[in-house]
Amino acid sequence: MNLAAQLPVLPVVIPLVTAPIAMLLPNGRAPWAFATIVSWLTFAACAFLLQAVLGAGVISYELGDWRPPLGIEYRIDLANALVLFLVSGIAAVVFPFAYRSVQLEIDARQTSFFYCALLICLTGLLGVTITGDAFNVFVFLEISSLATYALVAMGARRDRRALTAAFNYLIMGTIGASFFVIGVGLLYQATGTLNMVDMHDKLVGQSSRVIDAGFAFIVVGIGLKLAMFPMHLWLPGAYTYAPSAVSAFLAATATKVAVYVMIRFIDTVFGFQFEFLGAAFTWVFLPLGLAGMFIASLVAVFQDDIKRMLAYSSVGQIGYMLLGLSFGTVEGLTASLVHIFNHALMKGALFMAVACVVLRAGSHSVKAFAGLAKRMPFTTWAFIISGMSLIGVPLTVGFISKWYLLQASFAAGHWYAGFLIVASSLIAVLYVGRIVELMLLREPAEDGPYAIPAKDAPLSMLIPMWFLVLANIYFGLHTELTGGIASRAAEALMFMAGGAS
Amino acid sequence: MISPSVALAAAVGVPLIGCLVIWLFDKSPNLREAATLLTGAVLVVLSVTVFLAVGNGGTPQIYVFEVIDGLPLAFRAEPLGAMFGVIASGLWFVNSLYSIGYMRGHDEKHQTRFYMAFAIAISAAMGVAYASNLFTLFIFYEVLTLSTFPLVTHYGDEKARKGGRIYLGVLMATSIGLLLPAIVWTYAIAETTEFVNGGILSQHVDAAGPLVGVLLGLYAFGIGKAALMPVHPWLPNAMVAPTPVSAFLHAVAVVKAGVFAILKVAVYVFGIDLLKDTGASTPFMWIAAGSILLASLIAMSKDNLKARLAYSTVSQLSYVTLGAMLATSMGVMGGATQIAAHALGKMTLFMCAGAIYVAHHKTLVSELGGMGRAMPVTFAAFFVGALSIIGLPPLGGSWPKFFLMLGAADAGALLIIAVLMISSLLNIVYLLPIPLRAFYGKPAATADGAPQKIAEAPILCLIPIMATSLACLVLFFTITDLTTFLEPLIENGSRAP
Repeated sequence: MNLAAQLPVLPVVIPLVTAPIAMLLPNGRAPWAFATIVSWLTFAACAFLLQAVLGAGVISYELGDWRPPLGIEYRIDLANALVLFLVSGIAAVVFPFAYRSVQLEIDARQTSFFYCALLICLTGLLGVTITGDAFNVFVFLEISSLATYALVAMGARRDRRALTAAFNYLIMGTIGASFFVIGVGLLYQATGTLNMVDMHDKLVGQSSRVIDAGFAFIVVGIGLKLAMFPMHLWLPGAYTYAPSAVSAFLAATATKVAVYVMIRFIDTVFGFQFEFLGAAFTWVFLPLGLAGMFIASLVAVFQDDIKRMLAYSSVGQIGYMLLGLSFGTVEGLTASLVHIFNHALMKGALFMAVACVVLRAGSHSVKAFAGLAKRMPFTTWAFIISGMSLIGVPLTVGFISKWYLLQASFAAGHWYAGFLIVASSLIAVLYVGRIVELMLLREPAEDGPYAIPAKDAPLSMLIPMWFLVLANIYFGLHTELTGGIASRAAEALMFMAGGAS
Repeated sequence: MISPSVALAAAVGVPLIGCLVIWLFDKSPNLREAATLLTGAVLVVLSVTVFLAVGNGGTPQIYVFEVIDGLPLAFRAEPLGAMFGVIASGLWFVNSLYSIGYMRGHDEKHQTRFYMAFAIAISAAMGVAYASNLFTLFIFYEVLTLSTFPLVTHYGDEKARKGGRIYLGVLMATSIGLLLPAIVWTYAIAETTEFVNGGILSQHVDAAGPLVGVLLGLYAFGIGKAALMPVHPWLPNAMVAPTPVSAFLHAVAVVKAGVFAILKVAVYVFGIDLLKDTGASTPFMWIAAGSILLASLIAMSKDNLKARLAYSTVSQLSYVTLGAMLATSMGVMGGATQIAAHALGKMTLFMCAGAIYVAHHKTLVSELGGMGRAMPVTFAAFFVGALSIIGLPPLGGSWPKFFLMLGAADAGALLIIAVLMISSLLNIVYLLPIPLRAFYGKPAATADGAPQKIAEAPILCLIPIMATSLACLVLFFTITDLTTFLEPLIENGSRAP
């Protein structure tokens, strides 16, 4: 047995087996350093895996040598290799970043528990992405969600409202997970298998109420997890009151993974002439995507709390991903996958900038941002650049996302959707522009609760944050990795869908 | 000598390096300004290299890299871009001298930020000038918008914030809301965004359908920098900026980037023939004509000198749009030469306004009575610039109007000729009284009753003013050289009459 053959299982095994060790380490620096190294190792494994998949196309790994469809199969193609790379990459940036932020925001006695939970959350997210087994998706989804509830609740040290937010999230998340598992159960009844590819093969040509109901349960279940408008109500609270580093990590990964699961189920499991699917695209994904883009973005404009504003913006951005998916074309799917990647980069960087401000100002109210350029210039410019990326200004990843989405909507003949996309980006101009103006053109408060010392965030935070900010620019200029892989992945997904019909 | 192709990329890159150097010399103003001037000088050499190469029939081009599959960042110089490049870089150098005089004479704050933003803006303007496709053009168009925002909001007070909000709001809303979909739509139809002689759309669209008109409308209003009414409000609001910004960016680089893009789109994306055959441009021709007259009327009502000049710019920019929308060779030629002529004339006027402000802190036209005696050079230059804008010989501004009238006659739009004539009359009404009042008006009483002494702006302000007003004169006599240079623009694109 050599390590290379076991590569596909490493992204899950590394964080899973090390998480309990983090728990055993004494509070303080040790668990953080340990978790950081683990996140880097995991990222390395995912990067190697991506490289391997680029060569091989699809990698299948049989867990415990049990043959699929009976045994659990890890099935990695370009789509999930890209998401794995993204999630582990974000972890590798956010984990080192977290130290100072966590030191301030979390009870010192909980640090080892915190990093343990963070590693478990990472395990869950990677597991959901990597697996080719529908029930295994549920298991990992719950592993990551349970860890997330705990992580959000740990924000209670600064603000007790974190507890209600976590509870809210727990209820909604559990409902989502239950719906999902009911859906999987119904599909199991119809097909007798849990392996997703096998499920697809057995579903082709079938048509029954059971399958329709299974589909509906799964869409609603994952819809709750990915904060599909109007099932997003748990998200703003959770992102707002979670510790800042957790917000950054979740905003960049959790909903993205859920969107990926949606794509996987729609294109791999239900990717055949399934009459419900067309209706779901036209009557569910398209209108709800558009509604999210507009309503959530508009709500974001009126928020007085930056984290809440960014959270609503995330709901809006998820609308773009659903919109791309709803076109049912290769271009649309490509746009969705590209935006999953790009949005993680911009939202991660934005939440990290907020974490820096929280560290110095002790607040994530809009008022703390007045005149920030004079107090924390590096943080300010990180926020501005990733904010411009969110708007979709050229030379940033946001522009690439917009381009792909617009191209997909014109190519699919949905030209009106193209105009709605740009119209909703203009709402982003409003809510980002408001903060930018505040940072650049106002005088900072001299005293009172929002006064900030003229001292930028520590290097341990600035370096990872700027790493992500520069990634926003790098991937805004070079799209071989994002657009290139995404379009190949989309073709593969759609080929599977079309080929079987 | 540097190869013209490399010069293209260098013209975009050098100002960015200059920006970095300016930042490094934050603490020593003399070195910082030397960096600006040196960058300006290098840039002039580069753009002239490109200009000469194009004049010799070459097409310097350079492919930087591919951003998205099939959409490269690439530069290629054609006559119009080469001309715009020389105008922008040359006037930036002149304006840098003027800025130094103005900013120091006025003891402004945040000067390093000012020069840095200026350098990025000129880099973006060069990128727009040399862009070989719509995709590249859009990227630099947006950079130009963003880099000028700190300049518009330079004073940072409530007025600047409001002006900046409108500036950014209108320009971003039009470019993201209309221009970007137009470009993507073009790409979806033609599968390229390259600028090609004769246009890229003609083979792909149904000439009878409404698509050409809709797309043209998206471009005409999406390119907000061209300030076609009703997307002009950003321009008067940009006047809260220090005068060198208004003089260079809002009379030359930014606004000319807008009308330049309109001309490029009309000639190289649609193709003049397509516009002519479909008649799609006719409604926009009338909108441009309306914009010309309406903005002139508004200009007459403004007492604030810079506001008056701003509305005059709105009106004059629509000449270029009008030229493009006439869809005739002469119209395009008129639009192209108007870019050059108006840049020289309007920059002179703005620099004069700034000089008056630096020397005497006067901003209203009604305060200028008798000021000609205190600032004879400034007002003489203002007079020359005003005559050029009006379009009287022997100044450069007369040619574009002449070409446009010919173009209108070719297009059979006789009413447009009337519009052009009325507009020139309106120009006389709102521009000429300014120098006349300064020279013949009654001076405001000085404190001790003594006659007004000569009190001109700093010499660094005066030299650029004299240079550009002289250039207005030179352009009148060298126009054949310019039209010969621009010839390829109309002969390849349009079929022979």
